[in-house]
Amino acid sequence: METAPKLGRDVPPKKDKLQAKKKKPRRYWEEETPPTAAGAFPGPPRKLKRNRELRPQKPKNIHIRKKSRISKKPQVPKKPRERGPQRSLSGAQDPFAGPAPVPGEVVQKFRRVDKSKKLPRSKSKTRSRLEAAEAEEEEVSVRAARSELLLAEEPGFLEGEDGEDTARIRQADIVEAVDIASAAKHFDLNLRQFGPYRLNYSRTGRHLAFGGRRGHVAALDWVTKKLMCEINVMEAVRDIRFLHSEALLAVAQNRWLHIYDNQGIELHCIRRCDRVTRLEFLPFHFLLATASETGFLTYLDVSVGKIVAALNARAGRLDVMTQNPYNAVIHLGHSNGTVSLWSPAMKEPLAKILCHRGGVRAVAVDSTGTHMATSGVDHQLKIFDLRGTFQPLSARTLPQGAGHLAFSQRGLLAAGMGDVVNVWAGQCKASPPLLEQPYLTHRLSGHVHSLQFCPFEDVLGVGHSGGITSMLIPGAAEPNFDGLENNPYRSQKQRQEWEVKALLEKVPAELICLDPRALAEVDVISLEQKKKERIERLGYDPEAKAPFQPKPKRKGRSSTASLVKRKRKVMDEEHRDRVRQSLEEQLQKQEKAAKPTGARPSALDRFVR
Amino acid sequence: MKVKMLSRNPDNYVRETKLDLQRVPRNYDPTLHPFEVPREYVRALNATKLERVFAKPFLASLDGHRDGVNCLAKHPKSLATVLSGACDGEASVRIWNLTKRKCIRTIQAHEGFVRGICARFCGTSFFTVGDDKTVKQWKMDGPGYGEEDEPLHTILGKTVYTGIDHHWKEPVFATCGQQVDIWDEQRTNPICSMTWGFDSISSVKFNPIETFLLGSCASDRNIVLYDMRQATPLKKVILDMRTNTICWNPMEAFIFTAANEDYNLYTFDMRALDTPVMVHMDHVSAVLDVDYSPTGKEFVSASFDKSIRIFPVDKSRSREVYHTKRMQHVICVKWTSDSKYIMCGSDEMNIRLWKANASEKLGVLTSREKAATDYNQKLKEKFQHHPHIKRISRHRHLPKSIYSQIQEQRIMKEARRRKELNRIKHSKPGSVQIVSEKKKHIVAVVK
Repeated sequence: METAPKLGRDVPPKKDKLQAKKKKPRRYWEEETPPTAAGAFPGPPRKLKRNRELRPQKPKNIHIRKKSRISKKPQVPKKPRERGPQRSLSGAQDPFAGPAPVPGEVVQKFRRVDKSKKLPRSKSKTRSRLEAAEAEEEEVSVRAARSELLLAEEPGFLEGEDGEDTARIRQADIVEAVDIASAAKHFDLNLRQFGPYRLNYSRTGRHLAFGGRRGHVAALDWVTKKLMCEINVMEAVRDIRFLHSEALLAVAQNRWLHIYDNQGIELHCIRRCDRVTRLEFLPFHFLLATASETGFLTYLDVSVGKIVAALNARAGRLDVMTQNPYNAVIHLGHSNGTVSLWSPAMKEPLAKILCHRGGVRAVAVDSTGTHMATSGVDHQLKIFDLRGTFQPLSARTLPQGAGHLAFSQRGLLAAGMGDVVNVWAGQCKASPPLLEQPYLTHRLSGHVHSLQFCPFEDVLGVGHSGGITSMLIPGAAEPNFDGLENNPYRSQKQRQEWEVKALLEKVPAELICLDPRALAEVDVISLEQKKKERIERLGYDPEAKAPFQPKPKRKGRSSTASLVKRKRKVMDEEHRDRVRQSLEEQLQKQEKAAKPTGARPSALDRFVR
Repeated sequence: MKVKMLSRNPDNYVRETKLDLQRVPRNYDPTLHPFEVPREYVRALNATKLERVFAKPFLASLDGHRDGVNCLAKHPKSLATVLSGACDGEASVRIWNLTKRKCIRTIQAHEGFVRGICARFCGTSFFTVGDDKTVKQWKMDGPGYGEEDEPLHTILGKTVYTGIDHHWKEPVFATCGQQVDIWDEQRTNPICSMTWGFDSISSVKFNPIETFLLGSCASDRNIVLYDMRQATPLKKVILDMRTNTICWNPMEAFIFTAANEDYNLYTFDMRALDTPVMVHMDHVSAVLDVDYSPTGKEFVSASFDKSIRIFPVDKSRSREVYHTKRMQHVICVKWTSDSKYIMCGSDEMNIRLWKANASEKLGVLTSREKAATDYNQKLKEKFQHHPHIKRISRHRHLPKSIYSQIQEQRIMKEARRRKELNRIKHSKPGSVQIVSEKKKHIVAVVK
């Protein structure tokens, strides 16, 4: 990443003189200029001109880089290339001089600091430090955005020919059209006798576990179709969930919660979690959240085997649960139409959202934690904004209410309604799915009992009363995985190392809250409290501005009268400043108050304060 | 219908042979790395805990002296060489090799105490002063076979010299005693001697940047600054109690730190002596010696309370305290020129070698180790104000004597403060001035 060459850098004037005196030996890489022309067109001015022509091509983000302080680091060579980027051995010009441009929206994705927030009023030292930190953050996000170039895979897509509705495309058509490897991802497991199935993909998307109502539990590497274990627990299986890796499996059985390993050997029977209906695993906290028939939400720390919290939701039987992957908050759907948000640190819900008239049947939260989809007994499917106010963004009445919902990594929403699965897609990854027109639909051989998109594969797994179906949904999954986080191709050694690392950085359960970045922000409340206490303890404010003391001047100008006069002058100036500031504040307040009334004054305005 | 499914070729993600490195594709998309802040916090917490686990600062103890070590000097050219002077009459100066941790040369320099020792800037010779009223110059290399260990020069003075320091560039040195004398190496009489009042001066130090400047501290509680180019002292500041030593900041020419008897250290800006830049409080007994790190960001202080402490220049509290069971009153301390180690000489005849950064791993680091330590350092810095992390990183085990004395002094300070508050409360508003901690200890500045 070099900056554009500076003018006149490459030929210092001193050297010019030398050249004029003594002819330097010519190197083969130096440009060919006929000796006769050298006098008429001296080298440097021509070069200057070319440089000036090239200048406007400099991409805009260079300004950002220049501002940042980090550019002193050795990775960013400050020196421009001696000969400039536009010249090569062959004399051809580089049409794309300078660093590659980075699109703004990509940078926005990586931005951590909210630029709209103003920096607090602070001392100049703190302020400069804050500014430096901010510039560094900006630099980091630009760099991360630049690294997007290196991503190897492109996401999948499905486009109908002009006017063709993609929802009419059947799975068989897709299977026919795609390559063999992808076509092999579509399969049906016909397991009619063991009743409706719950399924779960491991975090790498490589393994699939499913459990049937009649006690059939199996886990397999679904890509190679290699069976890891298959057992019958001789008891109803309510839910099944992989723990942090594919080696451990939690199964909610009729009575208690059981943990199996990938050989099907029962490792634990957890009797403190009884009559569990739904399971959720929070991978970064190593917590297994269980919702039970008795109305308790229990958090089990699977790394040490302790129950971290058992919360009584006071809403009867719990059978709708999902986690927010962005902040590890558990969303519970209740029969009175509310969705409550829970964290193990609090005995009470963090928030309660009234979503539906009648009960909530299914809840799903997307991977960025911005959208929540809910469906209720009232046959409505609603999408809520989870940032801040929990307002519904869009809603749609479905002919048959959705009993199961799932979000994919790229924001596709799947809903299981009876024996039909509908998938909706949004404009782009960050936008909520558009509910008007489904992206894909599929009819299954039985009623849907569970839905999950496979991570890092364009596959939707559906557990239904007839078995398991693996559907192809092009464009559902994130194409580029991170090898250090979830690597579908990891070896056993890599998995072991990852496991150790993950356990070392297990996030404590108390840190679960609505905003996971809150930990990095300044705790203003306790800071102010501390300051207040300090002032009380000391008896005075040590940080208060000292009153102005005029310096004594020499040569008789330091009479008491003149000292008082100077003191008065400064005091008056300060007073004027204060008045000016308060006036400005008043004006701003008035403007703000004037705005929301809008164009038409209303009779009710008189009550507005 | 146009369709494209995500279809990865495993060959691009799996290594070809067992001899290859595993392929690890990266994607920095924040949605694939959730809980960035909590995870970093946990990492920072782990790093802080590990730092305390690995904090083993004590490296070596050099023993050989027959009495308390009175003075230390660094070799200006060789990191491994260290000179020390002791309070005994025989074998009173020793030269040590730090890599071998052995004494390589022993000199019987003076009768009685060796009061001061300093190396010449070129590293070929060194000077000692002792209780026998002499200044001696010695060769750094030992005598050849059959030769006797004789000083190069000996100057007989009239009074006892208590300290010596050499100029950083010229063949000039300064001694102190009843007056500050500036000597040319070639002469036996001082170029000039300067006094201000009559009292014994305990130490004199040349400024390493503005090399003609000197500072000295005397037992009549003052710190005096001199300019070598003129015959009279520049100015002095009088403090509450006696200053034992001063040390100039090697990076900022006008900053120096004074080790005081009132348990505090004062960092002064020599342009404004009426208010110290910072008062460093943590010792619970008189501070006997102070030395700056070559970076000028930190200094180490030795105290009568049997501990040494490391202070950042801009902080009033120490970041580190070193003590051992056997270390007695620490008399002299030096920060080595590579800024990695600290040496201290104490009453019980030993010179101890410490790491300046207690948890630092010594030796060559691999690039991955280096990257990991850098990353952890940054994390610790980022989360340093979180209460849990702060508590762990600040925790130090203290010997009972120091611990109880800290408690006692805290109570005393609290009582004084309460009394002051009550006095303000019960007197006419404005009649009792609040004097800041910085100004409290300064009696006067005289020019």
